Amino acid sequence: MIADFGYGVIVATFLLALFCVGAGVYGAQTKSYRWADSARRAMLLTFPMVTIASLALIYLLTTGQYEYQYVYTVTSNSMPLYLKITAWWGGQAGSLLFWSWLMSAFASAVALRKWDRDREFLPWVIVVSAVTLAFFLSLNIFFENPFARWWQTASGEMAAMFRPSGAIPLNPSDGQGLNPLLRHPGMIIHPPMLYLGFVSFVIPFAFAIAALITGRTDDRWIRITRRWTLVAWLFLSLGLVLGARWAYDVLGWGGYWGWDPVEISAFMPWLTGTAFLHSVMSQEKRGMLKQWNMLLIILTYDLVIFGTFLTRSGVLSSVHAFAQSAIGPMFFAFIGATLIISVSLLIYRWSDLRAEVEMKSMLSREALSLLNNLLFMGVLVVCFWGVIFPLISELATNQKVTVGPPFYERATSPLFGALMLLMGIAPLSAWGHSSIKTLGRALWKPAIAAVVVMIAIFVAGIHNAVALLGFGLVALVIFVTLYEFWRGAQARHRTTGEGFFTALGRLAARNRRRYGGYIIHISMVLMAIGILGIEVFQTETQGTISEGQALSLAGYTIKFDSVAQFDVPGGHNVTRAVLSIYRGDQYLGALHPRRDYFYESGQPMTIPGVRSTLADDLYVILADWQPISAIGATFKVYHNPLVNWLWIGSIIFILGMLVAVWPDKVTSDG
Amino acid sequence: MKSFPEKVSRVTYHVSRFTFYVFFILLVFASAKTALAQQPTPSDDDVNAIAKQLYCPVCENTPLDVCPTQACAQWRDLIRQMLAEGKSADEIKQYFVENYGARVLSEPPRTGFNWLVYVLPPIAFLAGAYILYRAFRSWRALAKQAASTGTESPTPDENEYVARLEEELRKRK
Repeated sequence: MIADFGYGVIVATFLLALFCVGAGVYGAQTKSYRWADSARRAMLLTFPMVTIASLALIYLLTTGQYEYQYVYTVTSNSMPLYLKITAWWGGQAGSLLFWSWLMSAFASAVALRKWDRDREFLPWVIVVSAVTLAFFLSLNIFFENPFARWWQTASGEMAAMFRPSGAIPLNPSDGQGLNPLLRHPGMIIHPPMLYLGFVSFVIPFAFAIAALITGRTDDRWIRITRRWTLVAWLFLSLGLVLGARWAYDVLGWGGYWGWDPVEISAFMPWLTGTAFLHSVMSQEKRGMLKQWNMLLIILTYDLVIFGTFLTRSGVLSSVHAFAQSAIGPMFFAFIGATLIISVSLLIYRWSDLRAEVEMKSMLSREALSLLNNLLFMGVLVVCFWGVIFPLISELATNQKVTVGPPFYERATSPLFGALMLLMGIAPLSAWGHSSIKTLGRALWKPAIAAVVVMIAIFVAGIHNAVALLGFGLVALVIFVTLYEFWRGAQARHRTTGEGFFTALGRLAARNRRRYGGYIIHISMVLMAIGILGIEVFQTETQGTISEGQALSLAGYTIKFDSVAQFDVPGGHNVTRAVLSIYRGDQYLGALHPRRDYFYESGQPMTIPGVRSTLADDLYVILADWQPISAIGATFKVYHNPLVNWLWIGSIIFILGMLVAVWPDKVTSDG
Repeated sequence: MKSFPEKVSRVTYHVSRFTFYVFFILLVFASAKTALAQQPTPSDDDVNAIAKQLYCPVCENTPLDVCPTQACAQWRDLIRQMLAEGKSADEIKQYFVENYGARVLSEPPRTGFNWLVYVLPPIAFLAGAYILYRAFRSWRALAKQAASTGTESPTPDENEYVARLEEELRKRK
């Protein structure tokens, strides 16, 4: 009953979204305010409707109605209430509904704006949002119905919304439950963060398309969506970092990023989004790169759709999986159609989007920001090509191949290095004009400081070229950024007579986007320290030892004290080892690597024991232990130098972001 | 004169026979030595060093050294066994490729069609760089034209930096 109601609401919302598209287009074309307003009201109505459909699903999830396929696959009796609620986005059908919910929420937020200033924009913004919403709702209606029920037919069990002829309803008493790997706090907030980022990028895209259609191609659309873009980028970045943390804590392979297609598909819109954030500044400050900015936001939108599709379908595993899933061709048709329409609009307006001024100097800020974009696009091409190549290879040669970490690391690390170098140079160059002389004058002090750091690291005994270069670049970015803060504060201090720290505070408060951005630069290179640490200096060892024996790695001794196996409430069995960690003779503490076995899903989960310091992580996995054998237990030990800086960088990143997006007291727009 | 080449060939024949024997004996020694060296079972680290370069033939995108499934544990044992038999890392990888296809390698083998995966990104990047370079040049030419017609840009210095900073801050207000 509730399920029928929920499904009916989805269908009604879908029809409403279609009406919204029609009314919006008609209203905008005929300049009829009444129709445009009708579209706006329809959009505002979609939000409570998708909310009701979602509540219906949450009701089924929390009351254990396992006769519904989705409830059966993502929940079970033993799961706590909060996991049953968050199972809303735990599977494909539910997460698509979650997507629609966010889309309707954001589009409604836009529809609540004052219409008087942007009357020609907003109907189109609503049309674009409604098209996207209708697409996602149609996936729920036709392919991935969260309200489909189990039926027993002559040919076997099946899930369907309506009773197939001759079928008997099935009523399982318990469900399969959420994959235990996903029952981790990081994994519970990771998907919503990612989706928040994904969906927020639809809004700047919608404004861009509105600008193209109406021909209002000045930077108005960018100014309106500036904060949306920043927030989208914040959530996408947080989603990526949380995913990395989850992998580090739960997957038990000693790392945080495996260049998996699913990870890359979330990373690709981040790349174009980051390029976009940098290049819109050239348009705001100098009226340049307008065509390019349009292209970047179009790409970001379609990569968002592509990413949503990849993260939830697993179709990349083979051509056959893709051909068999009905949802795959739908996604590709939608991506293709939106890409063609958007790019056609862009071409139509191409000459209107010509730059207002010409690029004067190859070292000006706008020129360097183009270079930044080229590098980001380079990383994007590597990622995109690497992700789709296995499919292409299978189609062309019928041979399956893997494109794994070595490929991506080799191809992207020089590009990331160049990006860091740019991060060290670009903040010192000026908009409009910079010469080698002016740039050199600003750069030489931080550059010398960075070289001193490199020499110090070399003397300290690190001779690896990649590490030296990497740490040198990190130092350069940090010095340049601090120098920029100092230079600005000093200048204000001198001209206004404020105290140095007052000047620094006022400076950051007056141009928060710039100084927030600089804090984010610092956070990025702090993350780079962690990445360099694990990429260059990670060591590992594995061994089977019995109680009392020890393994050693990187100056640590890991002594195996004891192991115990016991059942815990919640339907799983825990095997937990106790290890004593020593450096030399000094006792550092105990670690407890675990293996949890989930009876209902028959799945093991490896939880490492980690000793984490600013200098390094000691990461121990209980790889194997057989209760009956006397051989002992197998441990895998990783030594991950500096990896903590990755997480410290993420926290500073959030701080920088807050500085950048904190609302002004008197907002001029946004 | 005629016999000279023949003589030479006879000498080389003997020499080559000799070297052949020497080589043969050395080879026997060497293989015996490696067999002796391989006598203790290869350590987990030796196995993982190779497993790390291979991908689980059944799971998606999981390196063989970290894959928790029973099947992968057996494949790691197979690597251990092959190492104990004195097989090299390349031979073991080759064995896996022959039995489970090229997908067990962490990168596509550099043959035929697969070259595309390595070649296309650099070409695309260089093409992008070239387009950017051409654009810069044409912009510079335009800027020079403007400069020669008298719109000289002033040399920026520290005072100008202060002025610009102030102006940018004012604009934000």
